[in-house]
Amino acid sequence: MLTKRIIACLDCHAGRVVKGVNFVNIRDAGDPAELACLHSANGADEIVLLDITATHEERKTLADTVRRTARELFVPFTVGGGIRSLEDAAAIFDAGADKITINSAAVADPEVITSIANRFGSQAVVLAIDAKRTPSCARPDRSGAPGPTEIAEVYVSGGRKPTGRDAVEWAKEVESRGAGEIMLTSMDRDGTRSGFDLGLTATIANAVSIPVIASGGAGSVEHFVEVFREGKADAALAASIFHFGLKSIGDLKQQLQGAGIPMRWPL
Amino acid sequence: MITLVDYRAGNLASVKKAFEHLGCEVEITEDPEVVRRATHIVVPGVGHFAATEQLSRTGLTDVIRKRIEEGANFLGICVGMQWMFEGSTEAADVRGLGVLRGMIEKFPGGAKVPHVGWNQVDRRGESKILAGVESPAFVYYTHSYRAPVVADTVGVTSYGDEFSGVVEKGNVFGIQFHPEKSGSAGLKMLENFARLAC
Repeated sequence: MLTKRIIACLDCHAGRVVKGVNFVNIRDAGDPAELACLHSANGADEIVLLDITATHEERKTLADTVRRTARELFVPFTVGGGIRSLEDAAAIFDAGADKITINSAAVADPEVITSIANRFGSQAVVLAIDAKRTPSCARPDRSGAPGPTEIAEVYVSGGRKPTGRDAVEWAKEVESRGAGEIMLTSMDRDGTRSGFDLGLTATIANAVSIPVIASGGAGSVEHFVEVFREGKADAALAASIFHFGLKSIGDLKQQLQGAGIPMRWPL
Repeated sequence: MITLVDYRAGNLASVKKAFEHLGCEVEITEDPEVVRRATHIVVPGVGHFAATEQLSRTGLTDVIRKRIEEGANFLGICVGMQWMFEGSTEAADVRGLGVLRGMIEKFPGGAKVPHVGWNQVDRRGESKILAGVESPAFVYYTHSYRAPVVADTVGVTSYGDEFSGVVEKGNVFGIQFHPEKSGSAGLKMLENFARLAC
């Protein structure tokens, strides 16, 4: 049976894994290569490395970090942060990534999705969508009467810029342009440990046939059970709960399996 | 020496790295002359079946077929495995290598496509490539088309229905999932391949 995936996310800055809430109080959480191998040995089905402060000057640092991290890692490895073009993506693949994630660059020029997918395959292109629920009076509700309803709006530039795009429509578009997976982060839930946004995740998972990775809000085992059952997610991503020994991935997977969620466990 | 055939379909870094981790020397080539001397030929591949047309265009198909007849070991991974069959409904006008009978087809209706993630592969019968690998073993898949279960199938996975995860016929081997991304089970398969005599 195809299992649900647990993905460990490493937020990196200047070659180190960091952890902070909303970019404040950033703490050093270790070496990316060491942490990636540790998470993999503990049962992570996949590793995502996000360069949270990538700038042009830091691109070389990122490629070096990716090369070092990929060397001894034999589970799928995804890298994102600041990738803007086919050339940027090619350098990251060359360093040993299996997939890249793009967000802002895809919104600015959706053609970049297709160009990377054509060269490296759709399976290598993970479209990151950062979405925030926004009241909208622009759309009539189901009764047809105008009134406030909610849409989930796509944000770019690390959550700083709203785009006016509807996340569900954007998800369908990126699928048609060649994206192989969607990594959906709920900005409302990110960092809160109050659970994933189940409604938004399910709406997007039902709208596309490519896998949806849910992100933002993981704080308990029950949150993962919910996001796989009600949220229809194919994979769930979490960063903070895995750091500082709060909970091992193995414990998490064992408990999820006990709850009837198919897991790659024992390894 | 592992000879990794580059036909501009995807990224070879991960496969190269996995063989190097196992202590193998790896060469990446698109030159038929290099393949003519190869003992362990690996054809990876991602994306569309039509990309394999490049192998025929450059003369690699004929060289690979001849080397297989001469006894060289061959491993196809993902689309490289699909290419070992007669063809694929994904690109009806592109012929495969044809060392295995059958056609590659899309998953039947009902199953969510693409099939992405960790699934289990069950061994069927004797297998050199799966020697020492647990059965079932968890392996990492990402694909939309699959090979039917045939006489040379040695590893079966269920998704919608049963399909070929691993095929083996004499000195030719095919793996639909990504052994380079399938943890210790996948590395063991690559090691088994690298250790084949030639």
